[in-house]
Amino acid sequence: MNIVGKYKIWFGISLAVILIGLIIMATTGLNYGIDFTGGTMMQIDLGQTAPVDEVQSVIKDFNLNAEIVHAGQEKHEIIIKTKASISNDERIKILAAFVEKYKLDKDTVFRSVEQFGPSIGKEIQNKALLAILAASVCMLIYITFRFEYVYGVSAITALLHDVLVLLAVYAIFRIPVNSSFIAAILTIVGYSINDTIVVFDRVRENMRRRKKEPFMEVANNSILQTITRSLNTSLTTLVVIGSLYFLGVEQIKDFAFPLMSGVIVGTYSSIFIASPIWALWKTKKEKVQKHYSKA
Amino acid sequence: MKKNGVAVFLVIVLLICGVSYLALNGVGSGTFGVKSIADSMKLGLDIEGGVVVVYEAKTDATGSDLLQLMNQTKNVIVRRVNSMGLTEPNITIQGDKRIRIELPGVKNANDAISMIGKTAQLEFVLVDQKSVARSGMTKDAFVGTQILTGQEVKDSKLSFDKYNKPGVGLEFNTEGTKLFRTATESAVAYPGGKGQIAIILDDNVISAPYTSIVIGDGKAVITGNFTVEEATNLASLIRGGALPVNLDEVQTSVIGPTLGLDALKTSVNAAKIGLLLVVLFMLVFYRVPGFIASIALVLYAGVLLFIMVGFNATLTLPGVAGIVLSLGMAVDANVIIFERIKEELRNGKTLRASIDSGFSRALRTIIDSNVTTFIAAIVLFTFGEGPIKGFAVTLMIGIVTSMFTAVVVTKTLLKSSLSFKGFNSNKMYGVRGGN
Repeated sequence: MNIVGKYKIWFGISLAVILIGLIIMATTGLNYGIDFTGGTMMQIDLGQTAPVDEVQSVIKDFNLNAEIVHAGQEKHEIIIKTKASISNDERIKILAAFVEKYKLDKDTVFRSVEQFGPSIGKEIQNKALLAILAASVCMLIYITFRFEYVYGVSAITALLHDVLVLLAVYAIFRIPVNSSFIAAILTIVGYSINDTIVVFDRVRENMRRRKKEPFMEVANNSILQTITRSLNTSLTTLVVIGSLYFLGVEQIKDFAFPLMSGVIVGTYSSIFIASPIWALWKTKKEKVQKHYSKA
Repeated sequence: MKKNGVAVFLVIVLLICGVSYLALNGVGSGTFGVKSIADSMKLGLDIEGGVVVVYEAKTDATGSDLLQLMNQTKNVIVRRVNSMGLTEPNITIQGDKRIRIELPGVKNANDAISMIGKTAQLEFVLVDQKSVARSGMTKDAFVGTQILTGQEVKDSKLSFDKYNKPGVGLEFNTEGTKLFRTATESAVAYPGGKGQIAIILDDNVISAPYTSIVIGDGKAVITGNFTVEEATNLASLIRGGALPVNLDEVQTSVIGPTLGLDALKTSVNAAKIGLLLVVLFMLVFYRVPGFIASIALVLYAGVLLFIMVGFNATLTLPGVAGIVLSLGMAVDANVIIFERIKEELRNGKTLRASIDSGFSRALRTIIDSNVTTFIAAIVLFTFGEGPIKGFAVTLMIGIVTSMFTAVVVTKTLLKSSLSFKGFNSNKMYGVRGGN
């Protein structure tokens, strides 16, 4: 099996996914959660499935321009989402309106309220960007120190590829971008690099043993030697996050789905992206060196 | 040699059973026992339920002025929150201008938020003859009549008494001067020639001095065991009558008490099923070593939870996701090792030699890959806030623990298992032929 030789196919697939993601992001944008846009989200347990129209009529006096969604296993809960932030006094009144309408117990109906000012979103975004950059630089230093900078740069390229693909996943599947988004992205950063390093470790080992072999072949052999491990680890990880996704509650699902996609992307990039980049670069470098030594 | 192996194997397995039992049930009672994980784990707000409010101060102050202002604001809020009688409130200054208030277990969130934002109430109360007030008491713990409130205070500043002890000097307005004189007259008329005047802030007695003279100049000094800083803060608090700055609510999260627990319950169930599937996978794919890896995985889960309790880490929902994720990744080191062993076996080495060289060759890979992930976790911890920090901590503990269980424990178990009859064939390692 010649994986590295077909690098044009793999690079093409990745570029296509990233491009689709970028187009969606540029046209319809990401589905930002209220912690990014600012606004209020109230989750209330009504003890029954109430039609959206009915819920709207309960809160129509407040002029909220709200989006209503059902939640919970039996759809007994409603989530009221608004772009504007609702003051505490107003929240008490809204809750009281539901308590009265559906004859609820004041202390138990309340599931959650999330409220964010508009300034927080920018901050979270900046922090995420900063964190990814900081992590990349730190890991690049470590890999350069333990291996060589060609490995380091290839690994970090694969990593940024994963982040971009993951962004595309968020755009395509309309996953809400909220504060756990950073955790998801950074977890994937950690997972993906782990995977890549295992392959690179084998490349380094094979380089010592077979000095005459072309780089493309060394890379390909190393991938084939480690592919069972890559797939098995991804499988066990997917199995556990999968059970979290299929059994978990809303908040965990929003976190588990990107993690699942991230594990798949991370495995993909460590096999199909990182090593081909390394091999291409090394081949090119060698040609340049030969060219100059002849001259 | 053979007997030794069997003994080692059994001892380790017994130990692991012990750890799991402890984690699930705990042992003993009172202060000398070990509590079960479920009882001793500190739950985060997103699980336990409660309120998180982040306020931003509206001020142009910078540098040390801002710092002082924020500290004063924090002190006011701390006092108010304490007066609500909540358990373990957590109030921190975030960045330069923000204050984060976490109130776990608050049922009536909206009332709590209103309480934090209200104005400070200063009162002077003439304590009844048959009653005694002490600082720290609440207003209803003694009997007395209100003399005046913060509205009658014209100014308040740091002052020192004749022993050079810091206190808060107060100056009343005309109305206040009159009221205070009348009150001190009544106090002096008490048997013994002195009566007690309690100074109350936000329903809490902050000082309750006795007076034996009539004060008619409209000035009073609150003394107590103050440091200079405390007295300064108190003075500014009374002067402002409220928070020293206006606060904007920039983030509020209220989590109902049942929502988080539901999430925890389903997540724990998911974790159990995930763990079972991983064990099955390892058994099918790696047979004997897979079985041993599964034992190590159970140990990993137990040790991870104990370390979290030991570090007093707070379990949050992303933290739960982190634990579950790490369960899947914990076998990674074993997978790397077992794949290596298989390779060595295919190259015709004996089982014992394959295990040895498989471990030593895999170790470098495992260290390199885990260190890079650990770096990511450190960055996550540095830049993250709240729940994300919790997630990073779980990730770090998970990496270190899994390195130990996957490398040290599996190696010992694997080598001692060679003493068991039938465990030491290539077939049991998922490799055809050989021996």
